[in-house]
Amino acid sequence: MSEVEERVALTPERLAKVQEIIKRYPAGQQKSALLPILHLVQEQFGWVSAASMDMVAELLDIQPVEVYEVTTFYTMFHLEPVGKHVIEYCRTGPCCNMGGEGVYDHLKNRLGIKEKETTADGVFTLKEVECLAACGWGPCFQIREKFYLHLTNDKVDEIIDELRN
Amino acid sequence: MAEITKILTEHIDKPGIETFKVYRENGGYNAVEKALKEMTSDAIVEEVKKAGVRGRGGAGFPMGMKWSFLAKPEGVPRYLVCNADESEPGTFKDHYLMKSIPHLLIEGMIVSSFALGANKGFIYVRGELMYVIRILENAIEEAKAAGFLGKNILGTGYDLELVVQPGGGAYICGEETALLESLEGKRGNPRNKPPFPAVKGLYQCPTVVNNVESIANTPWIVMNGGDKYASFGVGRSTGTKLISASGHINKPGVYEIPLGISVREFMESDEYCGGIRHGHQLKALVAGGSSVPILPAHLVYETAEGNERLMTYESLSDGGFASGTMLGSGGFIVMDETTCIVRNTWNFSRFYAHESCGQCSPCREGTGWMTKVLERIENGKGSMSDIDLLVDVAKKIEGNTICPLGDAAAWPVASAIRHFRDEFEWHITNPTEATKPGAIYRGEPILA
Ligand SMILES: Cc1cc2nc3c(=O)[nH]c(=O)nc-3n(C[C@H](O)[C@H](O)[C@H](O)COP(=O)(O)O)c2cc1C
Ligand code: FES
Repeated sequence: MSEVEERVALTPERLAKVQEIIKRYPAGQQKSALLPILHLVQEQFGWVSAASMDMVAELLDIQPVEVYEVTTFYTMFHLEPVGKHVIEYCRTGPCCNMGGEGVYDHLKNRLGIKEKETTADGVFTLKEVECLAACGWGPCFQIREKFYLHLTNDKVDEIIDELRN
Repeated sequence: MAEITKILTEHIDKPGIETFKVYRENGGYNAVEKALKEMTSDAIVEEVKKAGVRGRGGAGFPMGMKWSFLAKPEGVPRYLVCNADESEPGTFKDHYLMKSIPHLLIEGMIVSSFALGANKGFIYVRGELMYVIRILENAIEEAKAAGFLGKNILGTGYDLELVVQPGGGAYICGEETALLESLEGKRGNPRNKPPFPAVKGLYQCPTVVNNVESIANTPWIVMNGGDKYASFGVGRSTGTKLISASGHINKPGVYEIPLGISVREFMESDEYCGGIRHGHQLKALVAGGSSVPILPAHLVYETAEGNERLMTYESLSDGGFASGTMLGSGGFIVMDETTCIVRNTWNFSRFYAHESCGQCSPCREGTGWMTKVLERIENGKGSMSDIDLLVDVAKKIEGNTICPLGDAAAWPVASAIRHFRDEFEWHITNPTEATKPGAIYRGEPILA
């Protein structure tokens, strides 16, 4: 888990990317770059701290509160430090039809944690999410950009073993 | 009905179709050449009108008509915004289309933007699909390198830039005005209408918002004509539709169907769902994504009047909400006799409570109440009056909110009680039995 930073900065590559993103929108509409930039922040730090929100406000020349209200509205942004891998498990009806609830119980037992918790070794954080637009390929979860589909108890075990090593 | 044609998915399984090269070898981007070099903007709008294609995002509004409403004040930019937020439970067709054949959407964005006189287009993709965003951005780069995007496309003098925008995880941003707010870097609170986006949309400029699948139809319409498109389908349900099939069927997946085949054919034929999973029986169907009313088995293949139920906008809604449903986004969720309707209704209700933006009190409070009441019924702690309470709360949400999320939350609850009231009652009168692991009510659903 990362420490709470006082001052934070994006890497030079990401800062260049920020400038490129801002240019996508008409002049004066740089606030449109907010969500893309928050994704860059989370990509780098794993979560979005208050300090990084202030940094984003500065980059976009908007008020910090404009960043806070957006970051807290959207569910993808982690507002607290998280483990190395955040497992975002789909809990919505169609996945449950495909056996999602049983597999979820297995996953929780296997990790020994509940929703929103992180394993003692700091490797996994568990988060429940709503439908991931993969319903016919469920049960499913997502870790960062990767989708894990057609989950079974055995498959969950394999994935956990692999990511732990 | 004409013979079965695949308008969107004909080439989808070809190896390498995600690359510009293979897509182009299969006739890709011919529609851009034809549109920009041989057609006027108005002529394209006319073909889309003739095609009768209806919005594939869920509401089914005629696409050509929406395009013709676009305001065109001098000197004000116009925008095309593609809705790729796809968050309606049970729906995964846009995901499938974009990851498999990204250039189809890019080509559709080009011909549609040209038709609307837009020089900038946005594709708003739900943030969870970051890998798809990368695929689309790559496709855009390829198209630009080949001269199909950017300045002076194919030497015609037409300029177009496309931007792929990630969302941040919020179902409400699929609602078009919430999407526009989100695209402006704000919370996804839906706007009051009017003004409609066609007049004041993105950055207060005239904007058309269309679903991925709607836009993906346009290259074919440009190449083959609106009349040809309209020759597929039945009545006002023209063309083909992508159906996302999930649940207790043998072959879950995305299928392109000509509108007008029967629900039974779609459910049972090996070309599509392949029937209810082995040895099981149909209990209920949610035909158009979680927001539409649920149908009990006896109303799935036939309407209340005894007519064969077809996969069309009209036939699925035959009987109104008393005995019909909606085609919606085409999220076809099949449930067999092992499904607990109470649990499923609670699950959907929790979804809407979680996703309500919180602006309108009937929706913010009502979705939370319904979820709590459903949860207590599911946990064997409900009382008989809870059923009427649910109906009452649903009624008070419906029609009383800025955007239709409230309706979408109310309908699944109201319809589940309408058709499966006895199952709710059973949970209340037999709490010990009903809360045993795996306990499922096996009575007959109520006849409508
Ligand atoms: C709560 C809510 C969620 C919606 N989600 C989506 C969505 O994910 N994708 C979509 O295309 N349309 C969605 N819509 C419909 C859009 O508001 C809009 O009608 C659609 O994007 C228009 O495109 P179309 O006419 O091509 O279907 C949603 C509507 C509501 C009320
Ligand atoms: S319900 Fe899990 S991906 Fe749609």
